[in-house]
Amino acid sequence: MWIYEKRLEYPVNITKPDPRMAKLLLAQYGGPDSELGAALRYLTQRYSMPDDRVKAALTDIGTEELAHYEMIGAMIRQCMQGATCAELDQAGLSGYYVIHDHGVFPVDPNGVPFTTAYIACTGDPIADLTEDMAAEQKARATYEHLMNMTGNEQILEPLYFLREREVVHFQRFGECLEIIQGIYNGRSSCSCRNARRRRP
Amino acid sequence: MDQDRLALLKRIGEARFTCVELNLYLDTHPDDMAARADFNTYSDKLQTLLDTYTSTYGPLMNFGQCALDTGSYVRSPWPWETV
Repeated sequence: MWIYEKRLEYPVNITKPDPRMAKLLLAQYGGPDSELGAALRYLTQRYSMPDDRVKAALTDIGTEELAHYEMIGAMIRQCMQGATCAELDQAGLSGYYVIHDHGVFPVDPNGVPFTTAYIACTGDPIADLTEDMAAEQKARATYEHLMNMTGNEQILEPLYFLREREVVHFQRFGECLEIIQGIYNGRSSCSCRNARRRRP
Repeated sequence: MDQDRLALLKRIGEARFTCVELNLYLDTHPDDMAARADFNTYSDKLQTLLDTYTSTYGPLMNFGQCALDTGSYVRSPWPWETV
């Protein structure tokens, strides 16, 4: 069950059209290391995790990623709002406009649609958590690339916030990996009502 | 949206963010009593702010989380339209 709160996790107020950045921000909306990919990755992987703490972290971080997906959607919407066809054309968004108008659709900046091929779910906790840590670092790098591409303070401010969250999530996934390794090495016990050793 | 309402939303955002951050930490450290105490403090603070907001401006959440006046939930500004 999820409950919607009619509020962004961090405010977004972009008051002038910036179609060039709208196009680039699509990277975090429908690209390989996007917030959509992050949310789906964690909410999908949690079922096969052997420890309650790790299931909780994947559920809650996956939920926060949905709030980030909404923030990026709001940023793209506000960057496109009021942009003329000529401005969209100049920003390289004419192809996007013909298909989506000012709608906010999950594609990458080159128009490649989002695919679940961007995420993985091996069912192996070590493999999945290692992927999650890499995903957070890739998203952090993408945010830094986006920040290098603009001087617009109204865009930079929410990007600073989102970049920082990737760092925190990386930290939590590192702790999840330690929890799993501790269980496999026999150093700690599994926090799970249906504990079942999967490896010797 | 008037300044008082924006200021209250900002305070709700700050309290909610603190709860989210402590919640993620508690996911991997469920027995950290100091973090639990911090979480309870901010959770109470958030609830008080949400109650104030709801009684003044209407519900921020639906599905039964806030005393519901569906009309005002539907018609209150959508978060990407606050500019």
